[in-house]
Amino acid sequence: MSEQLPDAGPPAEVLELAGVTVRAGGRVIFSDVSLRVRPGEFVAVLGPNGVGKSTLLKAVLGLLPIADGRIRVLGAEPGRHNSRIGYLPQRRAFDPATRIRGVDVVRMGWDGDRWGVALPGRLGGRAGRQARDRVHEVIALVGAEGYATRPIGQLSGGEQQRLLIAQALIRRPDLLVLDEPLDSLDVTNQAAVSALVQTVCRSHGVAVLLVAHDVNPILPYLDQVIYLAHGGAVMGPPEQVITSDTLSMLYGTAVDVLRDRTGRLVVVGQPDSHAEHRS
Amino acid sequence: MSGFSIGGLDLVGDVEHLLSYHFMLNALRAGTIVAVLAGAIGYFMVLRRQSFAGHTLAVIGFPGAAGATWLGLSASLGYYGFCLAGALAIAALPAAGRLTAGLGGYGDESAVIGTVQAFALACGFLFVSLYKGFLSGLTGLLFGSITGVSDGQVLALLVAGAGCLLALLALGRPLLFSSIDSDVARARGVPVRLVGTAFLLVLAVAAAGASQITGSLLVFALLVTPAATASRLTARPLPGLLLSVLIAVAVTWLGEGIAFYSPYPIGFWVTTLAFSSFLLATGYRHGIDRLGRRRPATPRGERRGEVAA
Repeated sequence: MSEQLPDAGPPAEVLELAGVTVRAGGRVIFSDVSLRVRPGEFVAVLGPNGVGKSTLLKAVLGLLPIADGRIRVLGAEPGRHNSRIGYLPQRRAFDPATRIRGVDVVRMGWDGDRWGVALPGRLGGRAGRQARDRVHEVIALVGAEGYATRPIGQLSGGEQQRLLIAQALIRRPDLLVLDEPLDSLDVTNQAAVSALVQTVCRSHGVAVLLVAHDVNPILPYLDQVIYLAHGGAVMGPPEQVITSDTLSMLYGTAVDVLRDRTGRLVVVGQPDSHAEHRS
Repeated sequence: MSGFSIGGLDLVGDVEHLLSYHFMLNALRAGTIVAVLAGAIGYFMVLRRQSFAGHTLAVIGFPGAAGATWLGLSASLGYYGFCLAGALAIAALPAAGRLTAGLGGYGDESAVIGTVQAFALACGFLFVSLYKGFLSGLTGLLFGSITGVSDGQVLALLVAGAGCLLALLALGRPLLFSSIDSDVARARGVPVRLVGTAFLLVLAVAAAGASQITGSLLVFALLVTPAATASRLTARPLPGLLLSVLIAVAVTWLGEGIAFYSPYPIGFWVTTLAFSSFLLATGYRHGIDRLGRRRPATPRGERRGEVAA
């Protein structure tokens, strides 16, 4: 899926942050965040709400300026290679009255940024056929064949999320940037979407930067985590960062990290993992 | 239009008779241009949930035209000038670049637009009463008239309409993308704000042009109703757009034809026909959706699921 760059010898870093600080309205959102993401790595950005997780993603996409530090995305300044990044912003859901099909939404990821209109059907020629084939391919990849031609507003949250992931994947990105893709999904769909992202990451070599406020659904898949909390950030492999001491320090309240029978880590008492803390 | 006759009615003869009047020919020409334009632009307007902004642009044309007439200028100038200025003003409102599908769209913005709209209407009435001899034209300004379209107006409409359609064609995919998913479009390099402003300007030209035929208050019949009808019949973008244009043209032709043979105004007929098509489409959609629900439904994700222990 992700072809290596023609000139690339050993795969370079997809993403590199060094000492990044972001300010907004005179307030420091977060400071001194450093991170290196290699191809095919699954990295989670975690932390309570309001600490700037989405802000970090926007800085990576070049949508927000940084006050200090350095960001390199695919070897260039942020925003330079956004066509090689699949982005899924934080959102609730499409309005039920949105009368546009899922497959049209997926297609927008292919050439929605190009001026003019695409010729319909056979008039589109080889480029049109190529686009349609690719649309079907990613829809099959996310398992959305059953409902892709229905109006997207009428689909469930999990179905919408799969189609949006298909949209993000359609141009064979090197990096997937997902902002709370598990939010507003039920437990079954959280597990299914997490597994889908893991599959894309492992079998297609796409690096993933995923924001979540609850780590448990994705914990088994993570290569690195970065925890943002008021005033600080902790980065590293999950087994080093996700400990009772570190998390309790970050959240300023008792957080337990347990191991279940299969040896999987489970975080308990994390303040923002429950619905009532967000509105 | 039709080459058949029903129950003794000679439709061919009636249409030939109608077309023998130059003013009717001009009304049909202008109506067709306006309908094509309104159908196409209205499709995007409905998709973007900017119906209220569109309505306001149409209404703003009224004080423009009334004011221009009072000052002894051409009413067209007033329509275009006020509508374009209104579009720029709406585009400058902070929330305009931020509309997102499913995220509530307009909040404060609609309140500001509504306030301006009411003031615009009041100014229009002031201008009309300042220009005393003009009161008879008030109905025409608000509800349109079939008789008043000159050759020059048709030509001006044709130029404006062609310009709008070309602009819409050029905006195409980025307009659709930013209408449905402005955050992702912005991240992918679409100048969302600029596209939104360009669209409002195109909408303004269309509203100003259409106002001269259907009147300021009934522009809306052509801008919103065919598009809303089409979107109930199909969720595909291109067929939806073409269907919207087709419905707009059909109701315009039929409305003008009926108005010619009846004592009631054209605006009433066009609006009534459009409204009927909307009701039919809504009924059709309800029927289809009800049939769809009989099939085993897919489990819907809960709004905010509990986290597993």
